[in-house]
Amino acid sequence: MKSKISISHLDFYYGKNQALYDVSLEIPEREVMAFIGPSGCGKSTFLRTLNRMNDTIPIARVEGEILIDGKDIYAPKTDVVALRRKVGMVFQKSNPFPKSIFENIAYGIRINRMHSSKTDLEARVEKALKDSALWEEVKDRLSTSAFGLSGGQQQRLCIARALAVEPEVVLMDEPASALDPLATQKIEELVVELKKKYTIAIVTHNMQQAARVSDKTAFFMLGKLIEVNPTQIMFTSPEDKLTEDYITGRFG
Amino acid sequence: MNESIHNRRKLISTMMTGLTAACAFFAISILLMILGYIAVRGFGAINWEFLTDTPKPVGEGGGIGNAIVGSGLMTLLASLIGLPIGIGAGVYLAEFGDNWFGNTVRFLADTLIGVPSIIVGIFIYTLVVLPMTRQSGLAGAIALAIIMIPIVARTSEEMIRLVPKSMREGALALGAPQWRVTWNIVMPAAATGIATGAMLAIARISGETAPLLFTALNSRFYNYFYDQPMSSLTVQIYNFATGPFEVEHQMAWAATLVLVGLILFINILVRFFTRKRF
Repeated sequence: MKSKISISHLDFYYGKNQALYDVSLEIPEREVMAFIGPSGCGKSTFLRTLNRMNDTIPIARVEGEILIDGKDIYAPKTDVVALRRKVGMVFQKSNPFPKSIFENIAYGIRINRMHSSKTDLEARVEKALKDSALWEEVKDRLSTSAFGLSGGQQQRLCIARALAVEPEVVLMDEPASALDPLATQKIEELVVELKKKYTIAIVTHNMQQAARVSDKTAFFMLGKLIEVNPTQIMFTSPEDKLTEDYITGRFG
Repeated sequence: MNESIHNRRKLISTMMTGLTAACAFFAISILLMILGYIAVRGFGAINWEFLTDTPKPVGEGGGIGNAIVGSGLMTLLASLIGLPIGIGAGVYLAEFGDNWFGNTVRFLADTLIGVPSIIVGIFIYTLVVLPMTRQSGLAGAIALAIIMIPIVARTSEEMIRLVPKSMREGALALGAPQWRVTWNIVMPAAATGIATGAMLAIARISGETAPLLFTALNSRFYNYFYDQPMSSLTVQIYNFATGPFEVEHQMAWAATLVLVGLILFINILVRFFTRKRF
């Protein structure tokens, strides 16, 4: 499997506090990689280095190298805006814009000038909503507020919004942690479906979820990458004692 | 034992709720008393002539038509100058102002809010009136704008800061450049709050008298041009109220009622246009 994202010797600091230590990792194309580990272990921080979302934190500092399609995303001449369009993100808490359902999806298409006409825009919105399995539920109320949707629907709206700008990588930061089991199941089915087209990195606290949706799993602890393996192996015969302790619930 | 603790807690809770309700009632009742008093004293003198005519010598009637127009014109120009600058400064302070420059601006704005408005009047007198060699509506409007800017800047900043970080990140993650995040996402989300701040500032300057005494002065005529001295409701009220005759005092009350009514009207209008749609 071809590697989409290649991370080598990544260190990350919030001011003087080091949050990631010497992380090296390959994320394969069109696969789902899950990131697990106890709270505060750096997995969300790690995810946010991949689309440079940590740039918004003034005291944050990155060392090491992250290549996406062979290009160093922390090189001085990197266009961060273009990078973020290529590497979409879905957040832990759904964060729809205070606009209509339609406008929430259309926003990313508009700012990136991807549509050729109004009809094309509508078609793109429809496709994004279909891809995120939300179309049937909202097609009759596209002009109503996004805040009128349920929590699970809002999260799928945010996924649709991310897909609408046609990214290549989708980062998901605990996308189902605030959702009920049914909504969670929908998101998980969606993730499995999406990997046909996208490379997906998903942070989760739910180990069953990692086992269900991912091809590979990476285990973080205290800012260090402890183990990466195919999910099957990770959950049946982990190599590292720490991983085994964590997934069998002995700590964390 | 448990029963008595429970009862005690209920009692304290009821008392405290009652106390805060009493405070709220006290606060609102004073406002209502003022409004009621103005309405009672002023209403009798309001008629069409009063609203449209210019001031006349005592005993010959006359009205405040030119003062209403003057106040409107000066508030309008002051808002056109003050709102964009104030809101722009607020955007800077909230989105990019966490540095020494932002801190300095914030400190100076807070100081300027506390400066007595008559000082702004004197300042504009030396800066605009003396070079122009006469008082003018323009000078009045600039003085009002200067009072307005720090208020608008600080309230806009507070409102913009209330927009959740997650919403900004959502837009950034779609590949939106910073300015589009601010313009398309943050500003609309904060619009109601910014409009409320703008309203407060407009209400505040509509009630200012001191900065206009030196700058716009007053006029007995209808005047639609900013290069001439201009009448305003507040200065007109001041003139009426300091006059020796009861008829003038009556007109001062009526003009006050008109002023309060106009401010209330602008308030309702803005609330209507900025009501939450999504």
